Amino acid sequence: MELHQLTIHELHDKLADREISAEELASSFFSRINALEPKLRAFLTITEEKALKQAREVDKAGKYEGLTGIPFGLKDIFCTRGVRTTCASKILENFVPTYDSTAGRRLEEQGGILLGKLNMDEFAMGSSTEQSAFQSTCNPWDLERVPGGSSGGSAAAVAAGEVPFALGTDTGGSIRQPASYCGVVGLKPTYGRVSRWGVIAFASSLDQVGVFSRDIRDCALVLNIIAGKDPLDSTSVNLEVPDYTSFLDGEVRGMKIAYPREYFQQGVDEQIKTTVMQALRKFEAMGAIIDEVSLPHSEYALPAYYLVAPAEASANLARFDGVRYGLRDFEAQNVVDMYSQSRSQGFGNEVKRRIMLGTYALSSGYYDAYYLKALKVRRLIANDFDKVFADFDLIVSPTAPTPAFKLGEQTGDPLTLYMNDILTVPVNMAGLPGMSLPCGLVNGLPVGMQLIGKAFDEGTLFKAAYAFEQNTDYHKMRPVLGVK
Amino acid sequence: MGKEFEIVIGLEVHAELKTATKAFCSCSTAFGAEPNTQVCPVCSGFPGMLPVLNKKMVELAIRTGIALNSEIPEICKFDRKNYFYPDLPKAYQISQFDLPVCKGGYLDIEVDGQTKRIGITRAHMEEDAGKLVHQGDITTTPFSLVDLNRSGVPLLEIVSEPDMRSAQEARAYMEKLRSILLFAGVSDCKMQEGSLRCDANVSVRPVGQMEFGTRTETKNLNSFRSLEKSIEYEARRQMEAIEDGEEIVQETRTWDEEKQVTRSMRSKEEAHDYRYFPEPDLPPLKISREWVNTIAAQMPELPEQARRRLVEEYGLPEYDAAIITLNPDYLNFFDQCISSYKDAKLVSNWMMSELNRLLNQNNMEIGECRFKPADLVKILQLIDDGSISGKMAKTVFEEMFNSGQAPELIIKEKGMAQISDESTLINLIDGIIQDNPKVLEDYKNGKEKAFGFFVGQIMKASKGQANPGVVNKLLKERLSSSEM
Ligand SMILES: [Zn+2]
Repeated sequence: MELHQLTIHELHDKLADREISAEELASSFFSRINALEPKLRAFLTITEEKALKQAREVDKAGKYEGLTGIPFGLKDIFCTRGVRTTCASKILENFVPTYDSTAGRRLEEQGGILLGKLNMDEFAMGSSTEQSAFQSTCNPWDLERVPGGSSGGSAAAVAAGEVPFALGTDTGGSIRQPASYCGVVGLKPTYGRVSRWGVIAFASSLDQVGVFSRDIRDCALVLNIIAGKDPLDSTSVNLEVPDYTSFLDGEVRGMKIAYPREYFQQGVDEQIKTTVMQALRKFEAMGAIIDEVSLPHSEYALPAYYLVAPAEASANLARFDGVRYGLRDFEAQNVVDMYSQSRSQGFGNEVKRRIMLGTYALSSGYYDAYYLKALKVRRLIANDFDKVFADFDLIVSPTAPTPAFKLGEQTGDPLTLYMNDILTVPVNMAGLPGMSLPCGLVNGLPVGMQLIGKAFDEGTLFKAAYAFEQNTDYHKMRPVLGVK
Repeated sequence: MGKEFEIVIGLEVHAELKTATKAFCSCSTAFGAEPNTQVCPVCSGFPGMLPVLNKKMVELAIRTGIALNSEIPEICKFDRKNYFYPDLPKAYQISQFDLPVCKGGYLDIEVDGQTKRIGITRAHMEEDAGKLVHQGDITTTPFSLVDLNRSGVPLLEIVSEPDMRSAQEARAYMEKLRSILLFAGVSDCKMQEGSLRCDANVSVRPVGQMEFGTRTETKNLNSFRSLEKSIEYEARRQMEAIEDGEEIVQETRTWDEEKQVTRSMRSKEEAHDYRYFPEPDLPPLKISREWVNTIAAQMPELPEQARRRLVEEYGLPEYDAAIITLNPDYLNFFDQCISSYKDAKLVSNWMMSELNRLLNQNNMEIGECRFKPADLVKILQLIDDGSISGKMAKTVFEEMFNSGQAPELIIKEKGMAQISDESTLINLIDGIIQDNPKVLEDYKNGKEKAFGFFVGQIMKASKGQANPGVVNKLLKERLSSSEM
């Protein structure tokens, strides 16, 4: 098998057995990247020189443990010391942080080698990566289609074999939906499981750092490294981090799996419903107990999300004012003009739309009707999940209502685009862990199923997903890109 | 003026809490550093940065609450106060909106011998903004520079009830509050450095009217004098406006120190909509009762307790005790004096007259004095044993205040010791009598003035060093003996 098709644990064995050096490994990925990028456009910044230097140092040290020498990519929302971090926005086009995100730093401390920064929707606002100020990324399975978003660059790069794994962020589905579209594993851990420090904030109470990988074992290996309390992030939780690979025993006998009827209605593609139902039957055949449940408030998740997330975003993005860093209009003659002109030029339409939505939702006189009401809905959604989890170990649903759509198809109508996240948003609103796992193809396009667990019970997700993987071949599906 | 008006005043006081580091990062809070040398990515609002709460700030806030008889709720939380200004790097200030750290409370003030209780509404924690440096005037400056050293410095905003009815009461409240903050050790309260600032809400209403008049808020009063003057001015302005049939506009005003007037800054219509919402980066803060009890048990002596002690233990008049307990350094000076000198009233007299006069003249704080309490005690003892006269003592004291030299040294260098030795004085007296036979004749003829002349001559000859009491006694003896 080609190097680019291998998983982290397979690559690790090759490094440990001295079949290949870290430098050779990195170089081989860079040749793949250079060959694919003209078509795929997943990277915003490629850090070849820095990566090769790091790889040489790793080889010099000669100790290959865990992630040592394993290449990876970061969504361009993770701040990287000395490496341009744009959030796919013109306003940060030339921004070079002086600090690393905690998650990215932990990977590098474990010997991981950063190959570059991956494309995304501007400030993570979007579901197709078409909102990037710089480029659209293509879906490796069909170059005319979107990779999903907002972490589309990360999903596409992992699916295409440009990196063995990547980190993304998920505020309303930004890891799970592109993972589904690109046929890879995508994990959004429980809110508070992974530090958000050094990750540019979109909606602070919903954002969570997560993993894209080729298989479940890789996902567990990476979460082992990035999970855990960070004193710099007060919302990260001080709970012991289990060894997630210890859940990979292939056993689901007696596991109680619920499927919410609401998640198989409301505009979900019939073939996707069928595919996910087949996956559920598979679990049943493996000894799990499956049953239908109701999550009645989930239908209010999307409208509530579009109040909470833009409200927080309107404050989080206010710092991009042209004063200390980022784009500034030097023609402006006074401070108010400097603000409005810098921000007008620096932000794209979707970002402006959400800033306006959020500003409105927080305005005096509207706060109770919108923001406060949305917080109450959030509580109701969480209560729904709590009730189900009193009797079940896991919830399974489709990840997205459709497979990847065509580039340009949904740019006109934001509301249609927002519907892509209808099945993933409730999970963020409740702060629960969610994973998308490939479970079939529909019209030649990958489809993911979403596993939802109890708070801080990522272990059960890994357990079920690994068992499914062991009994199916969907994780071995690779897009044909016509490039060696 | 026709109608009788009543003035209604409420004060919002910002006290800088005495922490070594800022509210949400580990930058130093030291005053007076070079611009932008005490900043980091957190307090300068860089992307992806998160606040970490300074525990010391909370402790000092709780201590203040205890000193002000407030309730410390078990849960408080932080909120974002949103507005754009170049000195506010995140474009929001982390503050507390509906669940502050201290609820309710009061302090007692004394005006014209009457004690009055002023209610405290609340006290909440927040971070300070940076500062703009203009090139000359703000309206004509070609550009402005931003200094973020103060950005993120912890503040406690203490809001009073509208319980004050005169500028003197407002001043007394402010003085009392300052002394409580100083005694509690929570703030340096240096008004010139901005570590204690005050906004005054002022309205007027016809005597007897129940509802409040429309109020204005005068910002950033940074001395007791400007507080008093601005309230007097503002109340007069409002009364005159009402007399003239005008309506008071609810607005924010600023105090023009130079012209001694308040001027309109912005009206209610132009007022900021701060769009408060809960700070998602900081979980709600649980304050355990144990912590509050521990802080309460370690409370230092507060002005009220100290005042009672001075009255009850040392028999000082209420007035003296109130003045001495305005400032812990002042009280400390007093306490040190009376540990080795029993006449507390005499110490108090000296502190309130000579010491106060010189401190005011030199615009100094007692902490800046170059001599020690023991030096004042020494002077008092020298008066007691007749070594110097009361008048000389004042000269010595002033010299000691200026030079910091020990009193004995000053007396010696200036040759100021009092002459009480009888034989020395008899020689002197006899000489004067012999030199002035005519005056002696007058004295014998019953001219009272002659006695005064002799005393004057003796004091002059002794360069003022002769002990007047002894001179009187001896002169009488010698004159009666020369009669014989
Ligand atoms: Zn700082």
